[in-house]
Amino acid sequence: MESTNNLEKFQTIIDADTKIEPKDWMPEDYRKHLIRQISQHAHSEVIGMQPEGNWITRAPSLRAKLILLAKIQDEAGHGLYLYSACETLGISREELIDQLHTGKAKYSSIFNYAAITWADIGAIGWLVDGAAIVNQISLQRTSYGPYSRAMIRICKEESFHQRQGYEIMGKLALGTPEQKEMAQDALNRWWWPSLMMFGPHDSDSPHSGKAMTWRIKRESNDVLRQRFIDKTVQQAEVIGLKIPDDKLKWNEAKGVYEHGEINWEEFNQVINGNGPLNKIRLANHISAHENGAWVREAANAYAAKQKKEVLVA
Amino acid sequence: MTKQEALFSYTLRLGDNALILGHRLSEWSSKGPLLEEDIAMTNMALDLIGRADAMLKYAAQVEGKGRTEDDLAYKRGERQFLCNLIVQLPNGDFGYTIARQLIMSAFDICLYEELVKSKDETIAAISAKAVKEVKYHLKFATDWTLRLGDGTEESHQRIQKSFNDIWMYTGELFEMNEVDAILIKEGIAVDLNSLKARWKKIMTEVLLEATLTVPADTYMQTGSRKGVHTESLGYILAEMQYLQRAYPDAKW
Amino acid sequence: MSTKDSQGQLWEVFIQANPGIPHKHAGSVHATDKEMALQNARDLYTRRSEGTSIWVVPSAAIVASAPEDSGMLFDPSNDKPYRHPTFYVMPEGAKNI
Repeated sequence: MESTNNLEKFQTIIDADTKIEPKDWMPEDYRKHLIRQISQHAHSEVIGMQPEGNWITRAPSLRAKLILLAKIQDEAGHGLYLYSACETLGISREELIDQLHTGKAKYSSIFNYAAITWADIGAIGWLVDGAAIVNQISLQRTSYGPYSRAMIRICKEESFHQRQGYEIMGKLALGTPEQKEMAQDALNRWWWPSLMMFGPHDSDSPHSGKAMTWRIKRESNDVLRQRFIDKTVQQAEVIGLKIPDDKLKWNEAKGVYEHGEINWEEFNQVINGNGPLNKIRLANHISAHENGAWVREAANAYAAKQKKEVLVA
Repeated sequence: MTKQEALFSYTLRLGDNALILGHRLSEWSSKGPLLEEDIAMTNMALDLIGRADAMLKYAAQVEGKGRTEDDLAYKRGERQFLCNLIVQLPNGDFGYTIARQLIMSAFDICLYEELVKSKDETIAAISAKAVKEVKYHLKFATDWTLRLGDGTEESHQRIQKSFNDIWMYTGELFEMNEVDAILIKEGIAVDLNSLKARWKKIMTEVLLEATLTVPADTYMQTGSRKGVHTESLGYILAEMQYLQRAYPDAKW
Repeated sequence: MSTKDSQGQLWEVFIQANPGIPHKHAGSVHATDKEMALQNARDLYTRRSEGTSIWVVPSAAIVASAPEDSGMLFDPSNDKPYRHPTFYVMPEGAKNI
């Protein structure tokens, strides 16, 4: 039973900004919320490898290929950090993967968009990783210890991701007319979905209330989105690209950029499985998982034999 | 053939092998049987493409015609590539990739431990770095061969079949031509015949421990030393070189 | 398909960043055997030259204290300040060793 006493004590720990650790008492809803959020985050890292992965073999220079490989590897690593953090809440990785495959668990909708040109690799690093970093920096202070530690590690490693994306965009923007056009086109296609990454407006966000009280989430969707916009608009100017928003303008009094309305109909459609690549991304993951089943089985069988030998000896 | 031409060809051979094997391993991104193995496979790809980068940079320098490592990787046609056939083979299943990786890592360890002593300082330096990387690749491929060979009945059969199927591509690794003759005399290259016994010993030990059979040396494929490759290489290059070829004036 | 978790078992990873300092908990990995655990830990936690040595331990082998026992385990040492050097008054002029 969740006695009031436990709850009060729990909230006192949260309010004092002390971390909650795996063995500490926690409300069932806190645990559920964390599992949902951390696993969604982990799945996003893993599914997020696909749009970029589709350019590894086509990267236009050896340097670009090495950087892209290292970056995608980091994403796999970040997925692993987050799966581990999630497992401390009493759920296995097998269950988490199963939830992804059955559609019970989600991943960030942004990865259902297609990376169709090399400039998209720039745009993903610059915008998608840029948006992710804004969110992740905020999450370093999240109240659950293992999640916070994973975020700190991830932020440390992510700092090069956004830079490599921006570097690709910068090179293209200063390149041939065709390259510049490629860069602008990628920005046009990735800008709005990037803004959607922060989720619905605060007024429409169903999960935010408790998440803020429990300090799982430290800042609201709109605050984080605004921070991202303010930083990115300036970076676009520096390399001579235009943000595809006619309503975008500097508000001197507030010290922020005002922006046009996000297409929430598109956001909801993509979340509900109707994005350009939802089915393909998931099918790829399922197929890799199934193709690997005999390998995992063999490794388990081998380990069991080794154990037996040790016992006999 | 001058010594310079031989050295250019030799460094291309080493660079191309690393580049194309790295390319194949990089294709495992998002496809590994465990997420951890995804990272392991792409880690080896990074080592190999890094080595290719260094080798091709040196090749370009030896050639002295103002080309860069990227020109060599991205602007040569199929017939100008000098990588062995084995590294071009499609990945197959995880076991097939592991079998190829064991064969190549065992070969590379034999090769690079000798090339460390090369009289060519650049080759010796690249080799010193390669030895450390390859030792790890060999350990990785050995451990997985043991797991799959001595795992389940299915995994045993799968990886045995992979070794059987790939074996006809191993003879070519040890082929030599005029390039080798010139550079062995200079103390730059290694006599590949001298590596064969050690390579075979490593392979035999690992396969036997993995309860597998070492395939018989029957008919061996050949061609790469003359630039006659598998059909796969064309596809690899079509993908790899597409941007450089589609936008010849662009810098990336 | 079996219901058994086919993702391998969980291992805790400890990394020594430099010679001479203690190994520190870095996180965990999945692996079916100890060699794989070591290799996975190497690939996951030392990609940026973070380590000179790695330990991996099956998570199941770790015995952890329970939060509700923390009073019993840790409070009794709060009243034993004589274990700290600052408890002692040094005579004027005496030098530290």
